[in-house]
Amino acid sequence: MMLKRRKIAPWLFLAPGMAMFLLYVIIPIGQSIGLSFYDWDGLGEKTWIGWHNYIELFGDDAFYVSLKNNVAFLTLYMLAVPGGLAIALFLNQNVFGIRLVKSLFFFPFVMSQVVVGLMFSWFYAPNFGLFARFIGWLTGTQVAVLADSRFAIYGIIAAGLWPQIAYCMILYLTGLSNISPDQVEAARLDGCKGPQMLWHIILPQLGPATFIAVVVTVIGALRSFDLVSIMTNGGPYGSSRVLSYYMFEQALSEYGYRMGYGAAIAVILFAIMMVFISIFLIRMIGRERSV
Amino acid sequence: MFPKPIEKAAPATQWAYRIALPISLLLWLIPMIGIAITSIRPAADLAAGNYFGWPSRFAFRENYTAIFENSPIAYYIFNSFKVTLPTVLGAVALSCLTGFALGVYRFRGNLLIFFMFVAGNFVPFQILMVPVRDLTIRTGLYDTTLGLVLFHIAFQTGFCTLFMRNFIRALPYELIESARIDGISEWRIFWNIVLPLMRPAIAALAVLVFTFVWNDYFWATVLTQSKDTQPVTAGLYSLNGQWVSAWNLVSAGSIVAALPPVAMFFLMQRHFIAGLTLGATKG
Repeated sequence: MMLKRRKIAPWLFLAPGMAMFLLYVIIPIGQSIGLSFYDWDGLGEKTWIGWHNYIELFGDDAFYVSLKNNVAFLTLYMLAVPGGLAIALFLNQNVFGIRLVKSLFFFPFVMSQVVVGLMFSWFYAPNFGLFARFIGWLTGTQVAVLADSRFAIYGIIAAGLWPQIAYCMILYLTGLSNISPDQVEAARLDGCKGPQMLWHIILPQLGPATFIAVVVTVIGALRSFDLVSIMTNGGPYGSSRVLSYYMFEQALSEYGYRMGYGAAIAVILFAIMMVFISIFLIRMIGRERSV
Repeated sequence: MFPKPIEKAAPATQWAYRIALPISLLLWLIPMIGIAITSIRPAADLAAGNYFGWPSRFAFRENYTAIFENSPIAYYIFNSFKVTLPTVLGAVALSCLTGFALGVYRFRGNLLIFFMFVAGNFVPFQILMVPVRDLTIRTGLYDTTLGLVLFHIAFQTGFCTLFMRNFIRALPYELIESARIDGISEWRIFWNIVLPLMRPAIAALAVLVFTFVWNDYFWATVLTQSKDTQPVTAGLYSLNGQWVSAWNLVSAGSIVAALPPVAMFFLMQRHFIAGLTLGATKG
């Protein structure tokens, strides 16, 4: 009786959460993949068109621009990891007021990306924005970062890095506060210091923090929708689109709803993300087994 | 401790550090300070080109009153609360249950279900967009607070389950075993023994989910459209279009929209950071 109850109990505890998660997350993934083989305007009949959406996608210049921007996002976002580490090392002291300073450094992460986007739009604004003025003073020419198809995506990435660095910093600060002091002291007695100490003693112990920092940064880079929408709407001339934004544009734009085509873009993005999710899960499985 | 405590360094280095600290902080926060100062500038300053000098006078009351009187921002903020608070409640409640199930019981499929929650938590929103929007429309919940809340609860349950399950795993298992020997029912074990111990995890998740959901912009755009349901992030986007280059108003609006999660962070800092850095210390 007791044992039987213990067999049913976990499923009863799981039921409500799992039902919700299946309904809103797991099943929709399957539906999107299915939908990517249809032509659908969101209202009328769906028409099966096989691989056509994907074939069209591979001949679509806007798709390649978005993909290229995603790669740029992913690569440059990685700067958040060493950036966060550098700030964490700088702030890992016990001076008066340091706790407040740490919180204020972390602060950009707490704000909505919408607000971050607006702040940086102001920062970049031609003629009066602080950054525009600074560049003007430095080079003698004004640059309208977000209105220039060469720079817009980098302007957005820089804005995104701001909260992302803050996030990595807090991960590293937590990691640093948990470093075994004995090892550090022992190494110090052996004359190990500075970069050598950082490389051989500190970084290996920061492994878990680095891992999480990389994971959240990859996810943050691939999710980058809010900033693009707020700062440029994918412009000028579609030069700052990323896959997440392009998908949204295709599926729900004013030019008509192309749900199937949008779904195909989403599937590609999902496939890219799955690579990283799998790496994460494999590592987690290894850890669970060792417990 | 690494780097070496600064108190052990030469006095000159100590002074240099003390001076570098506020300067670096200032540089780091420039975009925010700029917005804060712009939000208390009179419109005349912007017209006259005084964008980042000292404001000619402080128009704090003027600007902040203007955004509340001439725009629906008060509605947007109220809507954000209407979406955020039930989501926090729902996601934390569901994940207490799922976390307990996955953390305490050993059964076939346990790890698989756990990984489903973890993986689902990382998928790009766009792969969910069309079906979720469709489902919301079909159930008559498009452009309603409930429609948005239900999705957020479901999605946040993924992250919350990961967190709760790991938290429960770290509790002493003997507690549960001895309760079982005493013949206490499974539900009572959950309710009377485990739940009280989960308070710190609940607090951490509540603050995190509050911030995540408050700051959500994508789903707000996909699932709502009217001013009676749109949260402040989506609202701010439309106001930005309306207030073209009235940067004093845009700034004031941004600050108002950012305030609740920022206040939450400063009040519950310890919990917030504990939640966010989960797993950053032990591998």
